[in-house]
Amino acid sequence: MWHFFHQLASPRYFYRFAGRILPWLGAACLLLMLAGLYQGLLVAPTDYQQGDSYRIMFIHVPAAWMSLFVYVVMAVSGAVGLVWRIKLAEIVAVASAPIGASFTFLALVTGAIWGKPTWGTWWVWDARLTSELILLFLYLGVIALNSAIEDKRTAARATSVLALVGVVNIPIIHYSVEWWNTLHQGATVTKFDVPSIDLRMLIPLLLMALAFKLFYLVVVLMRARCEILQRERNTGWVRELVEAP
Amino acid sequence: MTPARRKRLLLIGLMLAGVGVAVGFALNAFNQNLMYFYPPSDVIAGKAPAGHPFRLGGLVSAGSVQRLPDGLTTRFTVTDQVKSVSVEYTGILPDLFREGQGIVAHGRLRGDGVFVADEVLAKHDEKYMPPEVAASLKGSHDAATGTAP
Repeated sequence: MWHFFHQLASPRYFYRFAGRILPWLGAACLLLMLAGLYQGLLVAPTDYQQGDSYRIMFIHVPAAWMSLFVYVVMAVSGAVGLVWRIKLAEIVAVASAPIGASFTFLALVTGAIWGKPTWGTWWVWDARLTSELILLFLYLGVIALNSAIEDKRTAARATSVLALVGVVNIPIIHYSVEWWNTLHQGATVTKFDVPSIDLRMLIPLLLMALAFKLFYLVVVLMRARCEILQRERNTGWVRELVEAP
Repeated sequence: MTPARRKRLLLIGLMLAGVGVAVGFALNAFNQNLMYFYPPSDVIAGKAPAGHPFRLGGLVSAGSVQRLPDGLTTRFTVTDQVKSVSVEYTGILPDLFREGQGIVAHGRLRGDGVFVADEVLAKHDEKYMPPEVAASLKGSHDAATGTAP
């Protein structure tokens, strides 16, 4: 078991391993997303107050969850890279930033589209919306800092420190709806209680959440492979790989 | 774990704790500014800023919505089940506005204690259910409290 993890940390082995599991992960992601969309758009009943407009949550909620999840993955792998100086951890941290930024952007945009008919406004400066916007800026800061430094390993170290400082925003986003009065409603699923949502709506929501997780995994593996090739372009095994017919 | 790694791990831990404490103090200090709205109890108790606009949030009391003859002005009371405040609003209300619905209104307090709103937003709750479930829930609730639907 430990042997496997040690092997996986070597970029060369990781490149091959990721390449082998990618098609399977991609297929599973596609299947789950199709099932989730079918259940969410066609099977789930309409809401008693919002009618059909609530269905945007099948994109909005998984995207918002992923925006937090990806940030935590980025910060943890950044910390592992800082402490143990594992190249692969740095690569995963750097590769995660643009994906997380996209999820955050998606959550903000779908939230605004839903907010207009439901609340009566595209945007309000309440604690939940503002802290999520700060998360987007943190991601953009991480991306900018990483591309501003020439040396990849120094860049990864600086990026990881920034990502770790920003991790304080994650509990703030999650608990903002409890700590302060916000226009955004409280948690429906992620709380220590029975989810206050009908089961037929919960199932597609969880399917979509799982599909989004797999989507992130697929994209982060693809980006990490690309990054590995770039970093190791002067090593023998990459040259062999490129020159092979 | 080598001493160098332990030192780096400790540094990261200290950094996280330091940032956490600093942000905690800052948020605590700005607590009032982060409140998006004031509940009616705070307004009655005089905690809301007098003289300049603020937001009032709560539930629209059942049976309180009155439309004035000019066709655009609506009068209703907002309650947090403890205290309530009368609100007057001229303009188009959001689709979700109804009695018993949570709303957030932006405006200022008039001398006679009526809150004059210039914007009313509907606050959605965290419950999602199909209409027939809502109807049966409402039915059992009304039976329990003895009110007509």
